[in-house]
Amino acid sequence: MNTWVYIDHFKGEALPASWEAVGVGKTLGKVTALVFGSGVDRLVTAAFEYGVDEVLLADDPSLLDYRAELFSSTLKQAFAEDSCDVILFPTTSRGREMAAMAAIDLNTGVLVDAIALETTGDKLIVTRPIYSGKVLAKVSCLLKPQIVTLRGRVFPKPVPQAGRSGAVTKIAAGSGPLTTVEGYTSSEGGVSLADANVIISGGRGLAENPALQPPAGMDAKQAETWHAQQGFAMLKELAGVFGGAVGASRAAVDAGYVPYAMQVGQTGKLVSPNIYFACGISGAIQHLAGMRSSKLIVAINKDKEAPIFKVSRFGVIGDLYQLVPAMITAFKQRLVK
Amino acid sequence: MKLIACVKATPDTTAAVKVDNGKAVWGEAPLVINPWDEFTVEAALRLKEANGGTVTAVSVGGEEARIALRHALAMGADEALLISDPALVSADPQAAARILAVAIQKVGGVDLAFFGRQAIDNDSGITPAQTARLLGWPALTLVSVIKVDASNLRVERAIEEGRQIVTAKMPAVVSVVKDIGEARFPSFMGIRKASKTEIPVWSLADLGIPAPSATVDQHSLMDAPVHEVVCEFITGGSPQEIAEHLADKVLGEKLL
Repeated sequence: MNTWVYIDHFKGEALPASWEAVGVGKTLGKVTALVFGSGVDRLVTAAFEYGVDEVLLADDPSLLDYRAELFSSTLKQAFAEDSCDVILFPTTSRGREMAAMAAIDLNTGVLVDAIALETTGDKLIVTRPIYSGKVLAKVSCLLKPQIVTLRGRVFPKPVPQAGRSGAVTKIAAGSGPLTTVEGYTSSEGGVSLADANVIISGGRGLAENPALQPPAGMDAKQAETWHAQQGFAMLKELAGVFGGAVGASRAAVDAGYVPYAMQVGQTGKLVSPNIYFACGISGAIQHLAGMRSSKLIVAINKDKEAPIFKVSRFGVIGDLYQLVPAMITAFKQRLVK
Repeated sequence: MKLIACVKATPDTTAAVKVDNGKAVWGEAPLVINPWDEFTVEAALRLKEANGGTVTAVSVGGEEARIALRHALAMGADEALLISDPALVSADPQAAARILAVAIQKVGGVDLAFFGRQAIDNDSGITPAQTARLLGWPALTLVSVIKVDASNLRVERAIEEGRQIVTAKMPAVVSVVKDIGEARFPSFMGIRKASKTEIPVWSLADLGIPAPSATVDQHSLMDAPVHEVVCEFITGGSPQEIAEHLADKVLGEKLL
């Protein structure tokens, strides 16, 4: 099948799920990468290295910032000139939005957040989680092109091969932007939860550390938040040992300990790292829905009945404030040469 | 300002959803307003409180959709509108977008149509962008902060890389995330008002459109495989000993 893969990127840096989508495309046949942006030669080179056969390149100053309507109209125009059977997107915030708009523009359907994909003839049968992963649905597109977004960290990323290249076809930028991008305020920096190999998450349990004395003059609520934030700083240090990211339970976010951007769960981020450490998180269904596809789950909790242990491969019953510092030392010894 | 809040009824987040006879079921668990849509309504109400206007909650669905609409009314929405038709057997998210786009036009004079980032049943999260595309309005998705000045809109979007600051002209479609602000609980007076408010129902004939044709075929549903995990509890004489033991076990899985 003739497959297009949209390469999602931010300021010329591809999101890893884009390359995973290229890998899936390769299993279907010829792959053409869609590279839209301004000054994105490096992405074209990378796309070939990751295995695409051709690139449709819209390189134009107007495409410097992603804007939904402009990028969607670029895709629509490209399709009018040179069609395909399948369009794959990574399930990123931009990928999902463009896939949604492409389905309207190209008068077809879209299958969002695939975790498995099979073919019967030229039809793709996609498995996608619904009800926060409690149920899996097998679905297919009734119309063409078949548009699919692929969940990140599910499909293998191809091994890049230096020096690979192929034909680049330049295409025009679309028109009709309806928004202006004024700028960005970056998050804390560091590794994003979506891409992290290792995630250390904290819950309400982090506020339970009576041994630490908060600065004078705090009321009870401020002291509680202060306690929890000492705990999150500790988790950040552990995450640093792995080059990983820090997450949080909804309870910790609702209590005001950390910002919502860190929330893992049904109404937060869906993550599937290789290793997930749940520290002081009891394991409400709504949290499990966001992390249970992690490859290895390790839980540390004071309460041996905590539901989090039911989904964990390894568990420790005990005090976080004693265990995490010891873990920082132990993992450092083994990982940092 | 004329504000629309698009809402949906879904099972509660704690519902144990299972597949029975090829259908998703959740036993006695109640339907609630889609948790993301509490923020949809909240965003619309806050904008109304700051700038004046009306908030109309709109839902596409069967009788169950009234649960979401009543919740929106109880939170403070001025009116509600149910779009329901026997021809809409199982409206997929794309069909919902087609219907909502027509309904928003029929309501007329709408400045902003609010959505949640996704509904926790289908988990597609495509309806806001598609509705915007069909209307030809800007799609401002994943919005955490909104400011309105005359017909200008300035929002912050929560994207992977942080916050993106975007401006656009109204009318527009906005999907919101939780950062928009804590959703208020319905007040006692609000609940009473909601139970008395007459909710008009529009059929497809009222909208003047046929049922949108299906774009996606659902072959089968299955329960998500349960990975039987037996938790191995790591013990030791001291935190150091436990940590060493745990580190060896975790790294022994060769996942890094």
